[in-house]
Amino acid sequence: MTSTSTSIPLPGAKAPRRRRVNWEMWGWLYMRFSGVLLVVLIFGHLLVNLFLGDGVKAIDFAFVAGKLADPFWIVYDMLLLWLALIHGANGMRTIINDYARGRLRVVFLVLLAAATVSLLVLGSLVLTTFNPCPTGTPADLLPQFCSTL
Amino acid sequence: MSTEAAAKIRAPKIKPLKRPVGTLYRGREGMWSWVLHRITGVAIFFFLLVHILDTSLVRIWPEGYNVVIESYKTPIMGLGEIGLVAAIGLHALNGLRIIAIDFLRIGPRIQRLMFWIVIALWAVLLAGFVPRQLMHIFGGE
Repeated sequence: MTSTSTSIPLPGAKAPRRRRVNWEMWGWLYMRFSGVLLVVLIFGHLLVNLFLGDGVKAIDFAFVAGKLADPFWIVYDMLLLWLALIHGANGMRTIINDYARGRLRVVFLVLLAAATVSLLVLGSLVLTTFNPCPTGTPADLLPQFCSTL
Repeated sequence: MSTEAAAKIRAPKIKPLKRPVGTLYRGREGMWSWVLHRITGVAIFFFLLVHILDTSLVRIWPEGYNVVIESYKTPIMGLGEIGLVAAIGLHALNGLRIIAIDFLRIGPRIQRLMFWIVIALWAVLLAGFVPRQLMHIFGGE
């Protein structure tokens, strides 16, 4: 009997496979987790801006500036911006993949990505650099606390 | 069997079905909730794009923001906001139903019941919001 060394994998041993990130699974999971958070956040957003007080009639620069002077609303709106826009963009991606084919599909996906990224950057810049009492703006447009500064 | 006898045996008449059967999905609650989820989702997405753009005016042009937001207070836009809240409410409640179907053991079995619960809660939500919005839009200053 000649001695040979051939390695035979044990029965039931896992085939060596390259581990890849399953992006579709994470996207699926993201829709559900962000969805639950968005139900709460958007309900609060609509309650404060459309339901309580004078509703939509109360909204103007002074109203928004009064809210955004509080870091709570900066964080709140930042969460809304990122969670909602990525949730919406991922939903649109699914729909584009369902209905568009070939080059048209790629064009739609590129437009979607461009719109999403630019609005995330724009919204984040607005929220992080916001000034509730900008100089050069008539005092009657500003929230009341600006006059006491 | 003679040809005479065979001619007397009439084939049973098969009525063509008026609607497709044998499917739990097509034309039923499952399909329509999917259709409504897509339509409301797309509508909300395009509103979100505009909403981020108009709100961004607060950073660069307060007067301009006030001009734009005034247009949201007109009767037509006021009715549009009812449509927006209706779309968001349905998408949110049906989204929770989808999560229940995916993560609860009994979810798939009670999906049809949950659809009607979604519709009922949606009606309650709108019964609360619509009168309030009509007061804001058409009520006095």
